[in-house]
Amino acid sequence: MEILMSILAGTLFAAGVYLILQKQLLKIVLGTALLSHGAHLFILTMGKLNRGKPPILIEGIKDYTDPLPQALILTSIVISFGVTSFLLVLAYRTYQSNKTDMMDQLRGTDDE
Amino acid sequence: MMSNLVFLPIFIPLFFGALLVFFNKKQKATVNISFLVVLLSFGVSIFLSYHVFSNGPLILETGGWKAPYGIILVADKLSVIMILAVNVIALTAAIFALSSVTEKMVEHYFYPLFFLLIAGVSGAFLTGDLFNLFVFFEVLLMASYGLIIIGGSKHQFRESVKYILLNLFSSILFVTTVAFLYSVTGTVNMAQLGERVAQVEQQGILTGIGILLFIVFATKGALFPLYFWLPKSYIVPSPIVSALFGALLTKVGVYSMLRVFTLIFSHKLELTHTFFIWIATLTMIIGVIGALSTSNVKLIIAYNIMPAIGFMLLGIGTFSAESLAGTIYYLVHDMAIKAALFFLAGLLVWHAGTSNLKKMGGYIKTAPLMGWMFFIASLILAGIPPFSGFIGKYLLLRGAMDEGHYIAAGVGLLSSLLILFSVIRIFIGAFWGELKEEPKQSVRTSGLAASAVLIAISILLGVGAEWFYPYVQAAADSLIDPQIYIDYVLKE
Repeated sequence: MEILMSILAGTLFAAGVYLILQKQLLKIVLGTALLSHGAHLFILTMGKLNRGKPPILIEGIKDYTDPLPQALILTSIVISFGVTSFLLVLAYRTYQSNKTDMMDQLRGTDDE
Repeated sequence: MMSNLVFLPIFIPLFFGALLVFFNKKQKATVNISFLVVLLSFGVSIFLSYHVFSNGPLILETGGWKAPYGIILVADKLSVIMILAVNVIALTAAIFALSSVTEKMVEHYFYPLFFLLIAGVSGAFLTGDLFNLFVFFEVLLMASYGLIIIGGSKHQFRESVKYILLNLFSSILFVTTVAFLYSVTGTVNMAQLGERVAQVEQQGILTGIGILLFIVFATKGALFPLYFWLPKSYIVPSPIVSALFGALLTKVGVYSMLRVFTLIFSHKLELTHTFFIWIATLTMIIGVIGALSTSNVKLIIAYNIMPAIGFMLLGIGTFSAESLAGTIYYLVHDMAIKAALFFLAGLLVWHAGTSNLKKMGGYIKTAPLMGWMFFIASLILAGIPPFSGFIGKYLLLRGAMDEGHYIAAGVGLLSSLLILFSVIRIFIGAFWGELKEEPKQSVRTSGLAASAVLIAISILLGVGAEWFYPYVQAAADSLIDPQIYIDYVLKE
């Protein structure tokens, strides 16, 4: 199971990296979203995947699911959700004011 | 009970920042409340520093969870020095804001974002938990994303997109690295990480994870191959925002390196820290080349951030008690002087109506006070003897020489000379000569006052090094022996 999850996370990372190397702004934003999904799955996998075990350590129970990665992911998901939505609005405003969404045209000069 | 004090430098700006969101239409009330809040926070930080230096580090275990399990906030000597410096910057920024923050900026939530930035930076300095460090990084970055686009001009959007994308990518890398580290060590508490990494003598994958973390912090701190986002994105917002960014953001990256590579990854010095020295040397060279390459006043100051970061990294790479003290001294000095220079450059650009050095000239007649303050600030930045830059550089270079890093020290000396040249070029170009164009507007008094306070602090740090050095030395001594921190946090 861990192997499968790692491969999935790796695929997401690869797709994300491919997308952030594109020129179009929207593709880059989508790439960062994929990258953060990959990172989240990765955190989950790093805490070892156990099915059907209680998440906290009660006295007498030896098998348990590690609750910490889940707490970490939850925090991380909220943050990446906020940043992605902000980035989408920013990308739109950048497109509106600069009249282009291609990264190679979003360049400036020294005298501004 | 006293341990709750640790939370206040985060809580005060966070609470009032959230509160001020509701008063964005009432400019006068917002400005006045903000000023009081900054003063309050400054008072608290002085008291916290006094307490820590007289009674030892304070630890807050949030929610009553014991140290390695819950999230902890640690105010040790290094943290309180940084907190004090942040609050000084916040205070001077509030003074500068009196005349530079327009009604429109207040309406677009300048003050709430400003306070969130301060809260995030303070949190990053106080946390004792690696994942929590990531969270506070995000808090301060989110605030900076908001601050950088206030004004909404074309080139602000253009540069902020790059700034945000790069920071977002390094944040994702940070989370991934924390996951790696958690799977290897089973903890995210920094003290416990330090203990466990020491037990296995930082074998195998751990050094690789350390380098990944270095890449994350190097992106935030704008080190050699990862600096290209910094100069342009730091000059597009309003001068007060540039000053806050230049003084605080990159320094958080340096602080994180200082913490992580003394406490956790300090067992393979020949691999990691030798690498740092090369990166530091290259950063200095690239930074001064950048500063010399342009005639945009703001861009010259922004490029000068990089050699400073290089100097600090040189201290971390050298890894002796003296060089770490030099890094801390230089960190505090650089926060003050970068804020002062960004303030002065902003005032100059407003005064001249352009940021192109070639169109300026002769402003010493119309703004003598600003001119001479700029001159003194340039000397401080370059590290001319009686000022604070000299003390930091002296400690860093002597530390590097003692350990035999002659090339890095030589490049450091040469780059100091070129730094002086690059900023004196502004002084000569803008203030000397005949008046080319009539100034567009008079110099704003509160802006000058804010810069004067920062320059005074720098002079005090230089002339009064005898008084301040013992505190910095004490902070460095506790960095060089991580066991002190570990024992204190885990109470063993």
